[in-house]
Amino acid sequence: MNDRLPTGDADLLEQTWSDPPGLIGWFSAINHKTIAKRFMVTTFIFFLLGGLLALAIRLQLALPNGRVLGPDLYNQVFTMHGSTMMFLFAVPVMQAVASYLIPLMIGARSVAFPRMNAFAYWIFTLGGIMLYIAFFLDIGPDAGWFAYAPLSGPEYSPGKRVDFWAQMITFTELSGLMEAIILITTILKMRAPGMTLNRMPLFVWTMLVTSFMVLFAMPAVMLASTALLTDRLVDTHFYDPAKGGDALLWQHLFWFFGHPEVYMIFIPQLGFMSSIIATFSRRPVVGYAAMVLSLIATAFFAFGLWVHHMFATNLPELGKSFFTAASLMIAIPTSVQIFCWIATLWTGRIHFKTPLLFVLAFFVILVAGGLTGLMLASVPLDYQLHDSYFVVAHLHYVLLGGAVFPLFGAFYYWFPKFTGRMLSERLGRWNFWLFFIGFNIAFFPMHVLGLQGMPRRVYTYPDEMGWDKLNLTATIGASMIAVSVLLFVINVLRSRRRGDLAGSDPWGAGTLESSVTSPPPMANFHLPPLVHGRYPLWQAPGTPQQVTGLANDYREVLITSVADAKLDHRLWLPSSTPWPFLAALATTVLFVGSIFTPWAVVWGAVPVAIAATL
Amino acid sequence: MEGPLQDALRPAGIQAEHIGSLWNFTLGLCALARPERRVWRIIGWATAASALGLVALLVADAWTSRALARLPLADAVNIELTGHQWWWEARYLDADPARAFTTANELHIPVGRPVLVTLRADDVIHTLWIPNLQGKKDMIPGRTATLSLRADRPGTYRGQCAEFCGVQHALMALLVEAEPNADYEAWAAAQRSAAPAPVDALALRGREVFLNGNCASCHTVAGTAARGSRGPDLSHLASRRTIGAGMFPNNRGHLGGWIADPQALKPGVYMPPNSLPPADLQALLAYLETLK
Repeated sequence: MNDRLPTGDADLLEQTWSDPPGLIGWFSAINHKTIAKRFMVTTFIFFLLGGLLALAIRLQLALPNGRVLGPDLYNQVFTMHGSTMMFLFAVPVMQAVASYLIPLMIGARSVAFPRMNAFAYWIFTLGGIMLYIAFFLDIGPDAGWFAYAPLSGPEYSPGKRVDFWAQMITFTELSGLMEAIILITTILKMRAPGMTLNRMPLFVWTMLVTSFMVLFAMPAVMLASTALLTDRLVDTHFYDPAKGGDALLWQHLFWFFGHPEVYMIFIPQLGFMSSIIATFSRRPVVGYAAMVLSLIATAFFAFGLWVHHMFATNLPELGKSFFTAASLMIAIPTSVQIFCWIATLWTGRIHFKTPLLFVLAFFVILVAGGLTGLMLASVPLDYQLHDSYFVVAHLHYVLLGGAVFPLFGAFYYWFPKFTGRMLSERLGRWNFWLFFIGFNIAFFPMHVLGLQGMPRRVYTYPDEMGWDKLNLTATIGASMIAVSVLLFVINVLRSRRRGDLAGSDPWGAGTLESSVTSPPPMANFHLPPLVHGRYPLWQAPGTPQQVTGLANDYREVLITSVADAKLDHRLWLPSSTPWPFLAALATTVLFVGSIFTPWAVVWGAVPVAIAATL
Repeated sequence: MEGPLQDALRPAGIQAEHIGSLWNFTLGLCALARPERRVWRIIGWATAASALGLVALLVADAWTSRALARLPLADAVNIELTGHQWWWEARYLDADPARAFTTANELHIPVGRPVLVTLRADDVIHTLWIPNLQGKKDMIPGRTATLSLRADRPGTYRGQCAEFCGVQHALMALLVEAEPNADYEAWAAAQRSAAPAPVDALALRGREVFLNGNCASCHTVAGTAARGSRGPDLSHLASRRTIGAGMFPNNRGHLGGWIADPQALKPGVYMPPNSLPPADLQALLAYLETLK
């Protein structure tokens, strides 16, 4: 589709959309693919760090009365593990992958607001670095990734540890909110002509739904953590019951964000699933409308479940039963989607490749996690299971099965698009089977441990509890996962240079990203495509095929209408500039400064305002 | 005329029409046998079955909640349990306030009689969880919750704090001794009265150490001037099976080690180290052993 532009024009176009060379150029990059690749690598580094912390936890718990970590360090380690995985990996990695793929899938040359996109990346990265610097200086947060008040309040967590945690929330949620705005705008206004809402790839739908969820959920946690900071810094009393505050207020605000967050992590996977299953079954996903409606229903219900994290509190029992019903109900749209995928696989012609293996693991692991979720939705069962290792097992089944496995599948699936080279299939299979088996060895025993009364977040347990064998088993499983992830890293590093050449469409996919070379040109599409169906590459080409007339010598993009993707106007996007990076630096100074003095908010605002204006 | 120049689907003569009809019939049958439609029926049934299963779960769940809420509470033992970082304070209430008493980290309850536990927290959120007897319930500062339970089989049941509550969340356990009603009443009677004053010289000296040293500023011993409330009530320390909130057996070795350097046994605990001369420590231990 890309060969219609004369070579000279194509070179000029490539030049126009490229980021400048050199060190300053590196900090000036705003091309969405450059930023997205850095974003993915950064979140993956945080994933590896979080994984190392998990290994430390497992080593400490492998034997009773373990002496690997003391209680103070252990509490920092498990807090950092949870915070890293939730705030620095799971949500941002989805946004990172999306900000790479979505313009390619919808036939656009860029994301909307490329400067904001760069700013969002830098602010995220600087926030994560701040948290890890604090951790290495032994001022890492130690009140849990959920930081329940009043334990996280000024009286019971003196020092700066919790302040760094709360400020990390400000960084990452600011970045997350901006990415959501960018993705929503990109999806609604920059789709190729002809790509009506009804023809959008399912992955694009999942990111649209997720981004709207981010928009509604993240302000709750930013509000909560800001109130915590003012409690700690300027003596407000939001969460102090002795002064008229309420400790439960924190839990409501936190879980009003925290539960939808699980679905913000989970829903993008449904898009990966739909992409990979369609390609490897060689047919469109069964039930497009049912899939889209299920996504929207899931997102809607996700906001009505948060109290099931608080069943052990003294909230009214009748109120709790509403949340039980809602928690059970959300299983229905998920099962509709699972049935649709099974039907797709059933009626398609299956090609067993590594991406599909990871996707099939989803069916086993996520379904197990979903079933334990039904158990936790019941108030009486939750009285026993809440805050026990059963929940640790459940959440890892849901988050690894529902997010990490499909994400790895997605890496195997789109790595050729990112780099132009295939990942090794052999290493991929080792990676998969070690991960799958190791995962179950690590986490299945935790169900039993929970029923045997082992609470979460304990740094040790006495000999006579009888929890030692299962804990040792879990540690062995965890080390298998570590080996598996190591194989993945080796696979990526080797294949990046020496893998087989991928070509534009290694898997025979039907969506637009497979129509461009791998890696894609800087402008994505030499000529923006016209879309005539849901799987443009699987259909006989319609006419006309392409839009002509966009500028080659400056960054011009097409803007289309929201529902029908009718041509609306052309928009001139900014060129590369270091100001997003500088603005992020200025914001970092403000945020970190405000941990120490509230005046940083006043004086720090001046450079932020200057950098954001220029 | 619109359309292709040649078209089998637009017959203009009888022969072509015969074939065209057969085409339509065949196409119709194929459409009926289309896998899609069968697939849709299966998806529909599977979804309906899932929904039905969920409704069944919801009903069973409400039923159990109802049963839990309906435990008859006549003649219940009333305990007010307060969570502290990292120990449990238990006050056995009574209609007659003079009969109320306080203990720590070890509950005794009569088998077959309901127990109503009022849950409070003094500092941060804790959660009471005794898995063999009842599910868990949060202890939230500024709020009061209740938990009703009944032990139907005698035995010792261990419980543990289930909400992360700071450095020593892991070492915050309590024991529940479920015993026949007569044994329970005997135990309660003993707890109500002060332990008899020591008679031998060593223990008497130990009492001096207790009252004049650091101990009395945080601990209470009924019948003496020690009225501290920062740490557990020690009126009947010697009758308890463990020290350090259910963590270590209550014997001379552990108790001596605990008094000298609690940080070594439970790092982060609020009790300060006490560098007593060995003779004073021995006397103190002898005194504490009299607090039956």
